[in-house]
Amino acid sequence: MITAEIPVTPAAPTPPVLARRAWVEHVMGTAVSVHVRAVEPTRPDIEAGVQRVFAHLRRVDRVLSTWRSDSDLLRLQHGEVDEVHAWVADVTELCLEAEERTDGLFAAWRARRGERTVFDPTGLVKGWAVAGAAAHLDVVPEIAYSIGAGGDVVVGAGPGPGAAAPVWRIGLEDPRRPGTVAQVVSLRRGAVATSGAAQRGGHVLDPRRGTPVTRPGSASVVGPDLLWADVWATAAFVDPERAAGLLAERDPEYRLHAL
Amino acid sequence: MRRITTWVLSTVSALVLLFSYHTSTGGGGTALAAAASTAANGTAPGGAGVGSTSTPSTPPSDTPGTGSAATPGTTPSTSSGSSGSSGSSGASGSSGLSGAATAAKTYTGDAVDTPYGPVQVAITVAGGKVTRSVVTQVPWSGPQDQAINSYAVPVLNGEVVDAQSAGIDMVSGATFTSEGYVQSLQSALDQAHL
Repeated sequence: MITAEIPVTPAAPTPPVLARRAWVEHVMGTAVSVHVRAVEPTRPDIEAGVQRVFAHLRRVDRVLSTWRSDSDLLRLQHGEVDEVHAWVADVTELCLEAEERTDGLFAAWRARRGERTVFDPTGLVKGWAVAGAAAHLDVVPEIAYSIGAGGDVVVGAGPGPGAAAPVWRIGLEDPRRPGTVAQVVSLRRGAVATSGAAQRGGHVLDPRRGTPVTRPGSASVVGPDLLWADVWATAAFVDPERAAGLLAERDPEYRLHAL
Repeated sequence: MRRITTWVLSTVSALVLLFSYHTSTGGGGTALAAAASTAANGTAPGGAGVGSTSTPSTPPSDTPGTGSAATPGTTPSTSSGSSGSSGSSGASGSSGLSGAATAAKTYTGDAVDTPYGPVQVAITVAGGKVTRSVVTQVPWSGPQDQAINSYAVPVLNGEVVDAQSAGIDMVSGATFTSEGYVQSLQSALDQAHL
């Protein structure tokens, strides 16, 4: 675990002055960054809240990882156990809902040639997990937070009489020139998820054909819940026009940035 | 214990990287240098792109990984001779390097595990600006990796500067386009608290 504790006075002249603090930890095969702005970011309740965020993600990994053979999900699939954490059922239901909501542009079930259908909820689990983890910071008073987890970002603020929550600036990576920021999204509360082309072969499968999506570009979705921003970003990368239409019709509070 | 392992791994990777870079990518050095000069043009005075300006007090041997290929004073031909030890990879970050006017600090990002191996990025900060970023750990398992790394490393090193100049807090991207570099960069930025 790596913790940095360097309070920095923000450039914005708005009182009260908020200091910042960052935490970084490896969870779920990625680096998860938590940034907190508060008058006194060294407060123990903030530390405790952040630790609950990481604990939540570690728990999700133990239950739902498709990388570690001792996860509840894989032990269930391998027939080693009958009873698993309730999250497995929750996520299965969410995957069904996501498939329905996106008209099948998002799909967690994949049929492989000559093999039985495989259930792989990875595309949904990260967004769901980070959104759930962020709830631990929603109850910490008078803070603003942002969490970045491998390209998915959620920002929010705890309760409190303080002024309006500060704005976080989230850069959208330019898919044609990885390493540059194409657009910047400003958010006080909400989420940003991006789905894009793979340089190493397809990570995003077109569920209708079962083949990887190879077109260039990426799709970012901004909205209230990271889970659905993530699902819609995946759907929009598979079929931008169709997803844009569905999004406007079914989840109008989410905005699509196709790059 | 894990940090020691990480440190040893990163040192080994940096060494492997140093030797592989010249033999396998041919024009890699020039590509890096070109990217560096481009990035330097766009940054604040005193700032620099990909390792094109070394911190005054940083000895060449302290230059980890690929950055050494573009460090002035270290010609490409000699860079493979410099020890690739990532001197700054004490995982919690801040080995202080005091520059002439402003104190420069090096922050080493987390080694990010990817399905292809760990990647790690270190940045040097002086006067609130990123002056240098280098990749200290790169997965290096096959020809495809080499192609991707020679492409991704210089460009992603430019990102730190871009993101910094725009005052961005977080980066949203498709993680697999960059295989964890962005994540390690983010973590270095986290530590530096820019």
